[in-house]
Amino acid sequence: MAEVAQTQFKVEDPGIEEGLQKLTDEKKDKILSEFVAFLKKGRFDVYVNTCIHCGLCSDACHWYQSFKDPIYSPAGKVKQTIWEILRRDGKVDRAFIRRAAEVAFTECNLCKKCSMYCPFGIDIGYMMNLVRRLCHLLGVVPLYIQDTVNSHSATLNQMWVKQDEWIDTIFWQEDEGLAEIKNFKIPFDKEGADIMFSVIGPEPKFKPQLIKEVATLMTIAGVDFTFPSFDGWDNSDMAMYIGDFEICGRNKKYHFEAALRLKVKRIVMCECGHAFRSVYDVGNRWLGWKAHPIPVIHAIQLYYELLKTGKLKVVRKIKEPVTLHDPCNVVRGRGLGKYARYIIEQICEDFREMTPNGEHNFCCAAGGGVINCGPIWRGKRVAGNKVKAEQIKATGAKIVITPCHNCHSGIADIIQTYNLDVKNVFFVDLLLQVVEIPDHLKVE
Amino acid sequence: MLEFLGSDTLYKILRGPMCWVAFGIFIIGSIYRIVKWYKELSDEKVVFAYFKPWYALKSYLHWLTPYGSRNWRLHPYMSLFTFFFHVGIVIIPIFLSAHNLLIYESWGISWWTVPDAIADAITLIALIACVFFLGRRLILKEVRYVTSASDYYILGVVFFTLLTAFLAYHQIGYYKAFLNLHIFFGELMLVSIPFTRLAHMWSFFFTRGYTASEFGYVRRVKDW
Repeated sequence: MAEVAQTQFKVEDPGIEEGLQKLTDEKKDKILSEFVAFLKKGRFDVYVNTCIHCGLCSDACHWYQSFKDPIYSPAGKVKQTIWEILRRDGKVDRAFIRRAAEVAFTECNLCKKCSMYCPFGIDIGYMMNLVRRLCHLLGVVPLYIQDTVNSHSATLNQMWVKQDEWIDTIFWQEDEGLAEIKNFKIPFDKEGADIMFSVIGPEPKFKPQLIKEVATLMTIAGVDFTFPSFDGWDNSDMAMYIGDFEICGRNKKYHFEAALRLKVKRIVMCECGHAFRSVYDVGNRWLGWKAHPIPVIHAIQLYYELLKTGKLKVVRKIKEPVTLHDPCNVVRGRGLGKYARYIIEQICEDFREMTPNGEHNFCCAAGGGVINCGPIWRGKRVAGNKVKAEQIKATGAKIVITPCHNCHSGIADIIQTYNLDVKNVFFVDLLLQVVEIPDHLKVE
Repeated sequence: MLEFLGSDTLYKILRGPMCWVAFGIFIIGSIYRIVKWYKELSDEKVVFAYFKPWYALKSYLHWLTPYGSRNWRLHPYMSLFTFFFHVGIVIIPIFLSAHNLLIYESWGISWWTVPDAIADAITLIALIACVFFLGRRLILKEVRYVTSASDYYILGVVFFTLLTAFLAYHQIGYYKAFLNLHIFFGELMLVSIPFTRLAHMWSFFFTRGYTASEFGYVRRVKDW
């Protein structure tokens, strides 16, 4: 295993640097004094005055576990941001803001494992997200993630996908699918369908084959599904990860409204974690709903249902040793670990748990918007998750299932950097290898 | 100096008016703090809307029991010392026979007491726990990094309250001085609770309960 001794990284992010240059003293002082007033009441005040500085959160954090440097411990990150802002009563300089942005955006994945390990349950993920909001208000945000938010704002999807490109991508995947499934169709705008399947912007942009794969699986299982041809098809949400909750709320409104317009019974999310969190936990609250306004389930739950009810028939099992990466937003975030394990039980012969696993699993270090800060931060991000590489290696598995897009990309980077002999897959990749295609769908 | 520390005059002041002052500040300060937090948290509409007592209760039990959570199991000594330390500083004083006697002398009421031998043993463990906590602060880098002066203050106040209690009970050294010092440190601790992070004795129930509710109700997983 490659050793990473370096714990400090000098990365110049144009978004942060140019933001700092444009930031006027008046704006800085105004926003920071408002932020300090905010820190002195409510949840922040309780959290800051409860933390007993015991350091027990450190063991939760993959960044700390990888570097063993206390600047990466959860409480250490609060010390470098919130405590310092309070201590200086908001009178901080640009160098401080640069470091605070780096800590909040690139050294914390908001995976919330630490709030589970803090004896007081202090929500450090929430605190770090609010530091990101501070940076957003100051205009000091890493370039790449800001670009995705600009895309959300302008196009209502994360990847600047225009409507004709979206429709064209679906048609293209339909064409591809015809080679495997007879009369294959990916239906657009089917009113009253059981399911509106929603994907994240990067699927049509980078991984269109996933749309074909999941549509194939749903066709095999006889599911009544549809995709919207109009805005609202993208459920992803980088806006929540820079603390731009206004854009986040607007995105979710379009998303829910797309489903309501199609009169579907429920939304099924693709194998993505952060988008799921945005729907069940964040966007809904911003819009004033206690929970999502129409039923929403994750792809893992759909696969579980289809296997459990026999709509998908498993005819062979994966023989190679398999392990599962539990994504924070679907497992620690929504308790889907048991469903994921049921699927694995049905389709794999040799399943090996990571240690720790389930809601205690280490984060991928890519989620929470960190990978979206762009390739310039890649080196640091991968070095900051040595512990994940060790964890995967220890299982001896040849396949790692990562049912989340950010985790998937993050783990792919880890596999490459640490030379791990494993293959990184989504559930749908494996399911398509093991389920029976009914005769009437077989291409002659 | 020593004469003053052991004097009856000091005892009378600490046992009389200062006791009223200390409890007054502790109770009024704590109520103020709790009411302030409650109001502000109510304004943050997401907090109490999601607060579910059942999940909160389960989480309290797991985190207040030694080895009840995974993180406690990862830190076996910390878990055990934390437990006995808090029993020694919160439960034992309420049920200590000597404290009961004071209340009986003043108001003619008393309640159930723990045997002195048990109280003594737990006090000793709590004292060792203080040393253990101090050691962690000085030695473990992740704890040292987040330590500030106030951490030594709150640990010191509790440590000296316990130490003087132990010395006074066993009548080691100058008994009267240690008794007065014990009362002084105890009162200082009470006064400090609303104004320092010792307020975690109240806020624990907010923060743990809220996180437990978010985990149990929204996130559908346990938080221990």
